[in-house]
Amino acid sequence: MRRNYRFLILIALILLFAIYINIPTSPGIHFAGINRNFTTRLGLDLVGGVQALLEADVPASQTIDPEDMNIAVQIVDNRVNGLGVSEAIVQPAGSNRIVVELPGETDPEKALATIKQTGLLEFVDMSSLSTEQAYALETKKVNTDWVPGVSQPSQNIIPSPSPTDTITSTLPISLGPTFHTVMTGAVLKNVYVNSNAGGKPTVSFELNSEGAKIFKDFTSTHVGKVLGIVLDKEVISAPRINTPITGGEGAIEGNFTLESANALALQLKYGSLPIPLKVVTSETVGPTLGQDSLNKSLVAGFIGMTIVVLFMAIYYRLPGIIADLALLCYVLITYAIFRFIPVTLTLPGIAGFILSVGVAVDANVLIFERIKEELRSGKSLSQAIDLGWKRAWPSIRDSNFSTLITCAILFWFGNTFGASIVKGFSLTLAIGVAVSMFTAIVVTRTFLHLVLDNINFTRHTRWFGV
Amino acid sequence: MIDIVKHRYLYFGISLLVIIPGLIALVLWGLPLGIDFKGGSLLDVRFDSGIVPQPSQVVLFYGENGFSDPIVQTSGTTGMVIRSLEMTDAQRNQLVSAMESRFDSTITIQRFESVGPSIGQEVAQRAAIAVGMAALGILIYITYAFRGVPNAFRFGVAAIIAMLHDVAVVLGVEAIIAHFFNWEVDSLFLTALLTVIGFSVHDTIVVFDRIRENLNIYRRLPYETVVNHSIVQTLVRSINTQLTVMLALLSLALFGGITIRHFVIILLIGVFSGTYSSIFNASPILVVWENREWRTWFRRHKTLTAN
Repeated sequence: MRRNYRFLILIALILLFAIYINIPTSPGIHFAGINRNFTTRLGLDLVGGVQALLEADVPASQTIDPEDMNIAVQIVDNRVNGLGVSEAIVQPAGSNRIVVELPGETDPEKALATIKQTGLLEFVDMSSLSTEQAYALETKKVNTDWVPGVSQPSQNIIPSPSPTDTITSTLPISLGPTFHTVMTGAVLKNVYVNSNAGGKPTVSFELNSEGAKIFKDFTSTHVGKVLGIVLDKEVISAPRINTPITGGEGAIEGNFTLESANALALQLKYGSLPIPLKVVTSETVGPTLGQDSLNKSLVAGFIGMTIVVLFMAIYYRLPGIIADLALLCYVLITYAIFRFIPVTLTLPGIAGFILSVGVAVDANVLIFERIKEELRSGKSLSQAIDLGWKRAWPSIRDSNFSTLITCAILFWFGNTFGASIVKGFSLTLAIGVAVSMFTAIVVTRTFLHLVLDNINFTRHTRWFGV
Repeated sequence: MIDIVKHRYLYFGISLLVIIPGLIALVLWGLPLGIDFKGGSLLDVRFDSGIVPQPSQVVLFYGENGFSDPIVQTSGTTGMVIRSLEMTDAQRNQLVSAMESRFDSTITIQRFESVGPSIGQEVAQRAAIAVGMAALGILIYITYAFRGVPNAFRFGVAAIIAMLHDVAVVLGVEAIIAHFFNWEVDSLFLTALLTVIGFSVHDTIVVFDRIRENLNIYRRLPYETVVNHSIVQTLVRSINTQLTVMLALLSLALFGGITIRHFVIILLIGVFSGTYSSIFNASPILVVWENREWRTWFRRHKTLTAN
């Protein structure tokens, strides 16, 4: 009996914590280095917004360096944060994809353009051109010899396109000469706006050690020549190399206003994707549809829960009512876990949640049916409860484990494709199944024992539906 | 006591009655793949003026703008869902503004999805792998969980057969409904299917668990009797659980909005089939296997007398 009270205290503590997390205005946890706020994260299908799956745009035969992919994810993340969308999600999906979710975003085109614009930055050798020729190329498309996916271009082959090609050719410039890529934006360590001695804004940059070496070698041998700065094959600036740059730092001087210098700095900083990306899937949900879905599923969930609660109480009487209390604990705990992790709630996620309510009920049904059987075979109530639990446990364990196996596979499947809906569903179902085992085994059992301690069962067998 | 095992061939027959037409539909009409699997775009719009053009007008309009052969469905009173080839967000915006001037109404985009064709193929491939892995994982787990029981492997195989039964029912019914109501198979359908697999096995294991227990208690009784006894003992639980899950799902299907109706209906069919197969198929299969009844399948009179 002692044990039951200990469990009761444990349950009470867990519930208090769950309720603390569940209060809409929950202040979160802020002590001992932990700094967490709790929010219900709603998926795009419930609040509306934009989801896009970006894929590394390299030939299939080429392997992608996981490190490059991580950098790309971070850069996209920076860009997305720049959009000012709250609770945006940028996550790697599989080995070559990135999923971007912008809940509440109302202008998908602009958002995606901003992300897609985060292109490939290259420093190209334009020493074959005069300063004027190079300057004329600004904002134009050019070809470079850089192969996507290779971390840095080779230093050996330096094709020298003939300058006359550019000038005399009537073909579009993108079919013109191919410039050699000296290095890509992957070597940039930092970019910031500065001003020169004359007070004009400049864009200053710092390179990592690898970049510093390449830059030193190149600028030492190309003083007076032009270094093209190319973003997504478009020349954004064509500065002249005035002095060799040996310290791994440099500044781009040009006809900048403070605004255009800032824009360039941002482009350089966030545009230095090591791998080019393309949008392979995109999804937009309007805010009204999302709100409508949310309201409807809340109503449906409420009705479904009510029916289940009534069914349990009517069919199983006293144990049913206790199971309903356990179910309430179950809902509180599961919801708290959703807010704690946090799990993004989607429509199928809510369906998964409701299904897991079914699982939670199932565990109780299994146990109660067992208890009834034991009672009919003449066991005392207390014995019947203990035996009922003991006998029902293997089937609860085995059956729930098989559901968890499917959840794991679903999660893997969803993760590879950034299908956050599938992922959300499997996660909510798995959490639900796990919590349901806890509530059925610990909560219902403790409650039932405690009630029994305080009533005279032999006078109330009908309460048990026997 | 109800004797379910005795009439096992009747119940197998009922299953086939559902599965065979479904499979015929599957072969004849196939499963129309959604854009998740084959690539393409889906545009769900609302005409704010309340005047919705004829679907044929929209088909024509799409064709003129380089997106031939779209599938157009009206949804609700002012909405329309248009499926066509893959398009970028910029193309979509162009198309929608052109549509606004053509049909003289502002248009609100409710939902837009676009999927590249290559990724669709990969999704379809992975989906097949996922179903295969789920089956394998469950087979291994059951063989392990029932390791103390003679012929543990049979339990695993019987559970998998019951699971395949549910997959066949769901696929077949989907093929029939899809043909008549323009449903498409998407990732949500796949999620529903995998969930059904999980629940089917969940149900089956509860019955098997009872057989496992009873085989130890009633060593003297014939196998058939023990199996039947176990099914009947778990019958109330199976029905009650199924009832609660189905009631919850039904409320989702009725009140949960159109977006997940397809998903929920597939779950409903699957959960029902899962309970049916765990009671009427999975355990009787154990009996069929124990008696090696396939030896008499083609000598009909003997089967009858054996029963």
